[in-house]
Amino acid sequence: MGTITKRGLAALAVASVLPLAFGSFSAAFAKDKVKIAFVGPLTGAISPHGIGGRNSAELAVKLMNAEPNTKYEYELVVLDDECKPNVGVQVVTKIASDRSIIAAIPHYCSATAIATVDIFNRFKMPMVVWAAVLPEITYAKKYPEVHRVSGILIGQNRIGAQFMKARGYKKFVSFADSTDYGKSMNKYFTQFTLENGSEILGSFSVPPDQQDLSAELTKIKELNPEVIYFGGLTPLGARLRTQMAKFGINAQLEGNSGIMGDAFVNAAGPELAEGTLTFFDSPPLSKMPGGKMFSDAYKAAGYSEPPEAYGPFAYVATRLVMETIEKVGPDRAKVTADLGDVKDRPSIVGPVTFDDHGQNITPLTTSYVVQDGKWVVWEESEYVSGKRKLKNLP
Amino acid sequence: MGMIGQHLLNGLMQGTIYGLVAMGFTIFFGVMNVIKFSHGDVLTLGAFGGLVAVWAANALGLSVPLQFIVALCVAMALTAVVGAGISHFLIMPLRNAPPLNMLLMTMMVGTAIREAIRLFFPNGTNPQRFPELLPAGGFNIGPSFFRTDAIILIIAGAASIGAVYWIINHSKFGLAMRAVAEDTETARVMGINFGRIIPLTFALGSITAGFAGMIYALYYSEINYSMGLLLAVIGFTAAIVGGLGNIWGAIIGGYLFAGLQTFVVAAMPSMSDYKNVFAFVLIIVLITWRPTGLLAERGSERV
Repeated sequence: MGTITKRGLAALAVASVLPLAFGSFSAAFAKDKVKIAFVGPLTGAISPHGIGGRNSAELAVKLMNAEPNTKYEYELVVLDDECKPNVGVQVVTKIASDRSIIAAIPHYCSATAIATVDIFNRFKMPMVVWAAVLPEITYAKKYPEVHRVSGILIGQNRIGAQFMKARGYKKFVSFADSTDYGKSMNKYFTQFTLENGSEILGSFSVPPDQQDLSAELTKIKELNPEVIYFGGLTPLGARLRTQMAKFGINAQLEGNSGIMGDAFVNAAGPELAEGTLTFFDSPPLSKMPGGKMFSDAYKAAGYSEPPEAYGPFAYVATRLVMETIEKVGPDRAKVTADLGDVKDRPSIVGPVTFDDHGQNITPLTTSYVVQDGKWVVWEESEYVSGKRKLKNLP
Repeated sequence: MGMIGQHLLNGLMQGTIYGLVAMGFTIFFGVMNVIKFSHGDVLTLGAFGGLVAVWAANALGLSVPLQFIVALCVAMALTAVVGAGISHFLIMPLRNAPPLNMLLMTMMVGTAIREAIRLFFPNGTNPQRFPELLPAGGFNIGPSFFRTDAIILIIAGAASIGAVYWIINHSKFGLAMRAVAEDTETARVMGINFGRIIPLTFALGSITAGFAGMIYALYYSEINYSMGLLLAVIGFTAAIVGGLGNIWGAIIGGYLFAGLQTFVVAAMPSMSDYKNVFAFVLIIVLITWRPTGLLAERGSERV
């Protein structure tokens, strides 16, 4: 019995030393793998945005892995939240409880993000939101794990209200979806528009998947506003624009970051989308340092879908997470701590600075208008020169 | 309130869709005492069948009116076959089982159809754009704007309701159907081919779903895999409130539900998010008041 134990011990010792030796040996050749997760809507009505974000995050990982001097090799775990809070909670619980995944780049939809922030905190998993803009995601609680590179919707509504006032618009109708996102949009739109002394003739709130808007549009037609403000995401926005036309409503459409991107123009069609306004937290890529690099690399990677409006943000968030892991190592607590100190970090969407809530406070809100099927910066559009005119200008 | 005409038109359009769905529920229940919960998903299947048919017809270079006819025929044929298939292979063998089993079975069939569309249709999870096959535009009467396509669809819907009513009450097949509904055993003794009448009845009920699916697709220009779900709940509610088993009851129920929804938005625009809540609460009150429905099914006038 004694000899067997001795022999067993010896075998055990050899067995435990061998992989160590080989392990350190192979490490000279291959880098350690580090997993990070991307979460976004890859199926469902919002999927063009989710897929654009996924491609951009993937691109960031590819470019990082191609750099010779990095310490780790990154693997992107991609999960679909379907833009649904319940699905978001499921997939986030799955990645957060998997200790091999160090950090996450989650969520396009605010309603989903607000449902999962508590899970990231509970499992101590650092994350950087790439697109959702609801203020409460970073500001409702002070979670050290939660960060966000995209702006918050307060700023775009403030700038939107000033813009509309400057054009002389006075009579508005608000049309928002009934999620937390739409409600928050409507709240800040109402606040800033009333502060400007304008009039809100009516506020409508419908579920994001409602097909039939005829009853609401009939009422809106009766109210006869100069502007319809829309607080929601692309599918409902495109439906609103299409059905407005079917009802012969000729109001100016004022959107927000939720309809920013090619998907809105594709869904509504270039003729109907023409003249639609939106306020979005980034200047066009072509204006940003490194923006051209991103566009070229995205094209070279051969993705068939466009990156959409928030693709560059997904790229920035993914890059930021990987740079942090390079610096402090694949450790959730260390990554969380280091992300808290991000200040004036240059990126393709402008410098990133997180405040004490992990919120990027340097968004460069820009006004856009659809011109010939493309989102164009307002100041550069033919609407400024007077060649084209917004609808219902007083 | 200058928009009353407009609201009326909106309500009529929705009511026609709800009424058609409710009519299917009532036919199935009247003849077989079956509550067929897959009805809404058969409707979805019809709309997707129509969409594929439009694509095919378009690829073949057919003109728009021909595309429309092809789509309508395919949608109705597809739903007829599926409806008859469900009754022949699933409902008939289970007809002596407890009603609860039947209910569960039809729910599962519905889920299977819905998920199949989601998984096997290309990009099935995304809403699909349905081509506009009817003339666009419209005209104003006073402040109200009448969409040409809406008017065509309401007339078509009303005509199909009339056609189903005629089939049930004035055709030989309808007579056989009513005989089976009245007393299955006696009907069989009298020489009615039970095994053929039941699938045909389900085909008829399902055709109305296919038709409703096409109306929906043409009116909203957008269909998605889960659109049948809420339509089935509303259609079933309409059938119950009108009096399950009574065709006119189903139609009244459909228009009533649409009327309630429209009323909420017209009267209290800021409450438009609550229109389904409001409509369903009032329906609960109505059902409590008249548990057998507004027009109760009379034994001798089943279906």
